[in-house]
Amino acid sequence: MSATSGFVELYKMRMREFLREPAVLFWVFGFPILLAVGLGIAFREKPIDLVTVGVLRGEGAEVLTTALRAQPGFRVEEVDAEESLRRLRLGKVALVVVPGAELEYRYDATNPEGVLARSRVDDALQRAAGRTDPRTFRETLVTEPGSRYVDFLVPGLLGMNILSGAMYGIGFALVDMRSRRLLKRLAATPMRRSHFLLATMASRMTVVIVEVALMLGFGKVFFGMEFHGGVPAATALSLLAAASFSGMGLLVATRTRKIEVVSGLINLAMLPMFVVSGVFFSSERFPDAIQPIVRAMPLTALNDALRAVLLEGADLTSQLGRIAILLAWGGISFVIALRLFRWN
Amino acid sequence: MKSAIRVRELRKTYPGRTPVEAVRGLDLDVAAGACFGLLGPNGAGKTTTIEILEGLLEPTSGDVEVLGLRWDRDANTLRERIGVTLQETKFTDKLSVLETLELFRSFFPRGTAARDAIDLVGLGEKAASHVVTLSGGQRQRLAVACALVGAPDLLFLDEPTTGLDPQSRRQLWDVVRDLRTQGRTVLLTTHYMDEAEKLCDHIAIVDHGRVIAAGSPDALIRSLGGDHVVEFAFAGGVAGESELATLRALPSVRSARSEGDGYHLTVAEPHVALPAILDRSRALGSSLTRLSTRHASLEDVFVALTGRHLRDE
Ligand SMILES: Nc1ncnc2c1ncn2[C@@H]1O[C@H](COP(=O)(O)OP(=O)(O)O)[C@@H](O)[C@H]1O
Ligand SMILES: [Mg+2]
Repeated sequence: MSATSGFVELYKMRMREFLREPAVLFWVFGFPILLAVGLGIAFREKPIDLVTVGVLRGEGAEVLTTALRAQPGFRVEEVDAEESLRRLRLGKVALVVVPGAELEYRYDATNPEGVLARSRVDDALQRAAGRTDPRTFRETLVTEPGSRYVDFLVPGLLGMNILSGAMYGIGFALVDMRSRRLLKRLAATPMRRSHFLLATMASRMTVVIVEVALMLGFGKVFFGMEFHGGVPAATALSLLAAASFSGMGLLVATRTRKIEVVSGLINLAMLPMFVVSGVFFSSERFPDAIQPIVRAMPLTALNDALRAVLLEGADLTSQLGRIAILLAWGGISFVIALRLFRWN
Repeated sequence: MKSAIRVRELRKTYPGRTPVEAVRGLDLDVAAGACFGLLGPNGAGKTTTIEILEGLLEPTSGDVEVLGLRWDRDANTLRERIGVTLQETKFTDKLSVLETLELFRSFFPRGTAARDAIDLVGLGEKAASHVVTLSGGQRQRLAVACALVGAPDLLFLDEPTTGLDPQSRRQLWDVVRDLRTQGRTVLLTTHYMDEAEKLCDHIAIVDHGRVIAAGSPDALIRSLGGDHVVEFAFAGGVAGESELATLRALPSVRSARSEGDGYHLTVAEPHVALPAILDRSRALGSSLTRLSTRHASLEDVFVALTGRHLRDE
């Protein structure tokens, strides 16, 4: 046998194991696409945002209702005083107008929809009452591909998938092999241990290339996404991240003997990042005080870098900071994991 | 004869809140070309010992030489020259028998072709089947095949037939006998005395981490002083220790102990001892409620040495 045949056979073993397991194939390839379809449809752009407004029954209500209905963008309901508060609380109406000599707007100022309704209702009613605007203007509406929710979502899902794929594909798989005593059995052969590690990583990287092609291809065909020539950069970032996350997967698998325990460890490591690292919504939403931590997370670095190269056409040299974060997490994990790793 | 394994004063203590002294001063000499058995009950320290010999566990102290080499200096050479089956390994379900063997073959610079190893253990018809479809006995033979692909000078088999049905056990015994005729050295552990007796040229009986007796199966059985065992009980409640001295003094009886409601004797010549036992029964005004004679086994050797049965625990 030649010097590299061990590597080749180990690689073949991991790929066969992967390809022959339908459940794994679904979680790796099918699930993220289903998620993208579901969320993409749920958060698709609506043509005009309708604002639902309540007008309190009473004298003068009729005039207000007519005025609002004459304008586009409103759904108007007449409501009783007590009912109005309940509907406001439930968000069935964004704002209630109380007719009178002086108009009263009731709304929740902390609710963006209420604030929007306040400004649009006031505008409509003032104009209907004869206000003229001193400045003329025209509107140019822009919907740029790249600013929709799916555009934000697809790179985030790709990042999430690369992380969970590496944690399960390496961490879980190694503990499974340890619990089956296969690791110990392999350690009793002259197998080069570096081959084992490299083959495990290489099979993971192969899968990642397919994942990238599938997610981005799907985004392009199904959602008409544009990638500004960023696909090669995104592929390179994905491979780098897969290598880095492999280190983290190896780290959770160093000593663990039970697959239940390693599943717990993997979730413990991943779930906080799924929340803070900008998979489903921007990580900018977290307070400034914790931003340094959020940005230091490897998944944040990957997601932000993927969005930069895919949505803004940034080149890799502009992403060196994020690349450094990925390298640091991977490097430190590998150094610790290789020291602590147990074959039995 | 050349020595394949030489162990002196081997000790292994598993650390922990209550440390376990699994091996406590074990000596072993295995000659090249022999099929050597470590026979002992569960927990005797067989797996611990064999895994130290396989380089998978560090001994706490003691001296271990395998094929004239040492694990701290010659680990790589040793791994190329030994074949191992662990007490239990679950190979990957979704790989075929042939794929599994090609994987193991790829680690060894020299060895037996994967197909030939499959034929050696009689799994030829199953070569293309996934591991998940194999029976327990077939999986165990796959494990042996994986240990053979490197054409090892020394083969370790840890409890090769534990949990198998009688037919699978006999198939595996045939495989091991074939290996022995090819002149390979085999070290196997077992808690089945029939397995040790049928397969091994030489046996070390292990208990509580020590070798308590060693030799060929015949020699061990002869050490009882008689090849035959006579078991019987007197009617009418005559039992217990008081009668033992009388029984021991009967002609051709080598040893006696009470067991259950009756007695267990080792005997050199049953045709001399049996009439004497019947005479004694008459003298007591009693009769025999049961009587059996059989060839002595390693089980009897173990009981004579420890007062316990091999499979008690
Ligand atoms: N990893 C371990 N940690 C602690 N104790 C162990 C470990 N492995 C085995 N033992 C203990 O060491 C003793 C010998 O075990 P083992 O070598 O497996 O015996 P055998 O193979 O003869 O059944 C037993 O008491 C067992 O419980
Ligand atoms: Mg054992």
